[in-house]
Amino acid sequence: MRIVETTAKTADFAEWEQRATRWRKVLGKLKENKGAVFGLIMVLFVVASGIFAPLLAPHDPIYQDVEKRLHPPIGQTGADPRHILGTDHLGRDIVSRLIYGARISLVVSISAVAFSAVLGTIIGLLSGFYGGKVDSIFMRLADVQLAFPFILLAIAIIAVLGSNLQNIIIVLAITGWVIYARVVRAEVLSLKEKEYITAVRALGGSNGRIIFKHLFPNVIPPCIVIVTLEMARMIIMEAALSFLGLGIQPPTPTWGGMLADGRVYLVTSWWLATFPGLVIMLVVLGINLLGNWLRDILDPRLTQL
Amino acid sequence: MKSYILKRLFHSIFVLVGISLVVFIILHLTGDPAALLMPMDATPEQVAQFRKEMGFTDPIIVQYWRFFKGTLMGDFGQSFRHSQPALDLVMERMPATIQLTAAAMFIALLVAIPVGIISAIRRNSILDHIGMTGALLGQSTPVFWLGIMLILIFSVNLQWFPSSGRGGIQNLVLPAITLGMFTMARTARMMRSSMLEVLGQEYMKTAKAKGLTPRAVILKHALKNASIPVVTIVGMELGTLLGGAVITETIFAWPGVGRLAVQAIYNRDYPVVQAAVFILAAIFVLVNLIVDILYTYLDPRVKLK
Repeated sequence: MRIVETTAKTADFAEWEQRATRWRKVLGKLKENKGAVFGLIMVLFVVASGIFAPLLAPHDPIYQDVEKRLHPPIGQTGADPRHILGTDHLGRDIVSRLIYGARISLVVSISAVAFSAVLGTIIGLLSGFYGGKVDSIFMRLADVQLAFPFILLAIAIIAVLGSNLQNIIIVLAITGWVIYARVVRAEVLSLKEKEYITAVRALGGSNGRIIFKHLFPNVIPPCIVIVTLEMARMIIMEAALSFLGLGIQPPTPTWGGMLADGRVYLVTSWWLATFPGLVIMLVVLGINLLGNWLRDILDPRLTQL
Repeated sequence: MKSYILKRLFHSIFVLVGISLVVFIILHLTGDPAALLMPMDATPEQVAQFRKEMGFTDPIIVQYWRFFKGTLMGDFGQSFRHSQPALDLVMERMPATIQLTAAAMFIALLVAIPVGIISAIRRNSILDHIGMTGALLGQSTPVFWLGIMLILIFSVNLQWFPSSGRGGIQNLVLPAITLGMFTMARTARMMRSSMLEVLGQEYMKTAKAKGLTPRAVILKHALKNASIPVVTIVGMELGTLLGGAVITETIFAWPGVGRLAVQAIYNRDYPVVQAAVFILAAIFVLVNLIVDILYTYLDPRVKLK
């Protein structure tokens, strides 16, 4: 009895060790890629800003102080050392608004990506596995959607439905499913001809079992790559909507909204528009670098994304 | 060949019908379009009267059929704001959008193709690193921020180019760079990987073994084959450009269809929105149809399914 237990434990331990080695290998590879390390740091930094915003922000992001309006960032004449990146047209601290702005960006992009990934993966699995009518309906739907200038579609829908957090997430999620569906479908089409699927079928495995136990795990790696790259796109899209005044409404700080405000004061106060855009660019760059790296190690065939 | 073109044509028509359906649905999303279209202070009787006049009391299928017939005839109804047919308004603005999109595509390809080729030939050299870092940055920069920064640097500070409006070539420079940046970045990366793939082929060794100069090998053998995937990009990227034009036109007050559509959305001028979205989507579908047909001439290996 004891021997059996020990063996089981050893087996457990062996597996655990194996897994740990695999992770160590991945991390080792990560160290080799400076871009990916930068990307990871950037992403962790933004996530931390979003989560710990109240602790990190030096000021209240929506507190207005008319006497302090349009203070330039430090290093410029007339700067206030308490506001490192200056203040906006309502005297609000830019750094604090940038830190809080991460929240909307993250909530919207993570939710939109999660919804579109689930939706697209299910459609891709069904389309690829069943083929026929199901497949042609979904794929034609994808063609129709790809033909739209996405931003126009999003603006139109949000203008009609009203811009709140929920609608923005729904619209972005709807516009994101196509890429998952196409990649997953292509993957399933080649997988379902494989011998092990025939074997499962011969053993009496149901369609549901084949799809979820045998096909689904194999489409996860490409999906992880797409999820990463889509995160970057969604962050830009959310900012674009806010920039056009269709995002989360003020006074909630959003990066796109800050940019739109800054555009008005561009001639006199360059810092208003410069910093939020710089933050978006760095975050998106970080995610892209991380995504490229993930693609290289998980699924090098996806180079066209 | 003929059957392929016919099939693609049929497919495109199907997509266009799908687009008209989506455009129709957008207006009916809230349930009662009359409530959206009438002024806020309209009496219930006026709303009821309007609903009857516009045929909103008919079954939804009948309404769609009417809309669809109108679309076929190019009749999207009268603009609420300007007393003109919606289609005329869109068509008036079309040359400006086509000019901007073409200029953006031109600049993008002009830079991207040489950068991609040089990066591939001098793989892992300083030039490659600079080119690909630039491409990565270009892909991570939000269009709206890039536009604002270009205005800040080149219009406000250096005063080299005007910041808004349409006129001579001077007015075109900043908007075209803004709009073309993302496409430029993506095409450069695509060109590089496509070129690398071709350079690794056996026939490149043959060409070298024949004693051709490196210049002839690159220009005559590699470039021609490597540009095939890039041709499809032109079709695909058009969607990105038409979508990006919506934001670029808004930033630079460029009098194109995108800006018209955004203004129409804010003014709740739905016939104009429908006409603009439909026409932009239709252009995308048509260009892709043409690209697909051209593609079969360029690359005889493409299976005509």
